[in-house]
Amino acid sequence: MVDISEPIKLACGVVLDEHQLMVETYGTLNADRSNAILICHALSGSHHAAGWHDGDRKPGWWDHYIGPDKAMDTQRFFIVSPNNIGSCFGSTGPTTINPATQHPWGPDFPPLRARDWMESQHLLMQHLGITCWAAVVGGSLGGMQAMRWSLEYPEKLLNSVVIASAMKLSAQNIAFNEIARRAIKSDPDYLAGRYLENDRVPRRGLALARMIGHVTYLSDVAMAEKFGRELNIGNFSVGEKDPIEFQIESYLNYQGDKFADDFDANAYILITKMLDYFDLSREYQNDPVAAFKHASCNFMVISFTSDWRFPAQRSREITDALVGAGRNVSYAEIQSDQGHDAFLLPNTRYEKVLGGYLSRVADQLEASTA
Amino acid sequence: MTTDYIAINHWIGQGVRVLDLGCGDGSLLAHLIETRNICGYGLEIDPTSIHTCISKGLNVIEQDVNSGLHNFSDNAFDSVIMTQALQVMRYPHLVLDEMLRIGRECIITFPNFGHWRTRSDLGFRGRMPVTEQLAYQWYDTPNIHFFTYSDFEALCCQRNIRILHRQCISQGVIDRCLKKVWPNLFTETAIYHLSR
Repeated sequence: MVDISEPIKLACGVVLDEHQLMVETYGTLNADRSNAILICHALSGSHHAAGWHDGDRKPGWWDHYIGPDKAMDTQRFFIVSPNNIGSCFGSTGPTTINPATQHPWGPDFPPLRARDWMESQHLLMQHLGITCWAAVVGGSLGGMQAMRWSLEYPEKLLNSVVIASAMKLSAQNIAFNEIARRAIKSDPDYLAGRYLENDRVPRRGLALARMIGHVTYLSDVAMAEKFGRELNIGNFSVGEKDPIEFQIESYLNYQGDKFADDFDANAYILITKMLDYFDLSREYQNDPVAAFKHASCNFMVISFTSDWRFPAQRSREITDALVGAGRNVSYAEIQSDQGHDAFLLPNTRYEKVLGGYLSRVADQLEASTA
Repeated sequence: MTTDYIAINHWIGQGVRVLDLGCGDGSLLAHLIETRNICGYGLEIDPTSIHTCISKGLNVIEQDVNSGLHNFSDNAFDSVIMTQALQVMRYPHLVLDEMLRIGRECIITFPNFGHWRTRSDLGFRGRMPVTEQLAYQWYDTPNIHFFTYSDFEALCCQRNIRILHRQCISQGVIDRCLKKVWPNLFTETAIYHLSR
């Protein structure tokens, strides 16, 4: 837990005099503090990006890509993974105490933008004594932060790695987010967001929100391959009237329930809105080329063929804007049938591209340090 | 440095914006960055080549030229290059048009199918030529259009493409002497510097 005692002025105008961030780090910061990578998590991510904690059923959410000899090699990089404000894994957010009221923030937590996460990460950076990130890396909403960093603090990062992301959400994306929010708000236990003070949890709404989201993170092919029409219980024999449950039903219900145990409903509403509000070039006359002219770092953009939540076309638009702005950029479109979730899952080519790019970054750092 | 690199190098200014279509392992881009300090991008679809470019720190974009170049605006580049790949394109004439739309100039290199050796393979032996430039068997080749130096000249004329420079490259001594007189017969690789 890191105490950030500097005040942070949020995009909405509210000032948080101080805030706390849960942070995990992996690897060792080198002598000239130049080998740090900032990991930006997405909607439901936490600071626990890699390795195992006691009692974990699964390792950190990006464990496939962070570790010794992995794409983000902890033998070469110092990896900083904060849980961002407004989330619910211990950092200041709807579930923590509002100093002004001594009650949980709940629905009163100020609305956030991706830039607020970036500003908070910037304060963390100063706290850690890092002046320039070797890379800022993120998938989905994380990629949005990595792009925002390149525009707001161009001199404070050398590389921006933008994975399965977009410069803004589509109407369809916003629609799915609104369905999820409505599901939560429809739960009688939601109590206009003041459920914590009343010892209630809108588990049903949050589970439903997650189930909707989860379907959009998978692809039709991936679901067909993993579950098909296999049954969990019951059968279709004539004369059988026992209940029938498809495997996909029990899987989705399990995922929804698990999520409802781990995540906070107000945080879900807050962060999905943050996603909806993000528009990279809004203050650059809606011209992404003009926006990226403010950047100076190198970019690696990665997308996945079956991702329909953040389709490859969105990443191509990022790449085109970067080329138009004359920035250094490489783009890879990874063949995968895993949908949006592909950015978290093992994939040989993805590992090669991300690992190859960052290995080059490490080579250059080590050459300049030597 | 190969002869075609020397020619291409001559036609590229200092610090210009270059797009290399089908950039392979990025060796031409790397060469032009070193000698001409260009701002260069390569398009490629082969995963291994893309990985090689990324490892070299080159700008490489995964995009199939056959699917169009409409994502690039008019005159987005000072120079658009395509080496030894026009014969692989589905519609070479449309690719050429697109190259001249997105680049102020373009540079094309291609194997001349009118060279006497390929002609003799086909004319005397009655077999599809397999040469250093066209090193594939007919049943397993990415090369789907065979054309000659003269064919290309005719296409440029027909589509009002201005030929700024042309250079013929051959390895053999005799070829090198005679290519000036009969370029269509003695050129192995043709290099064109074009504009609208």
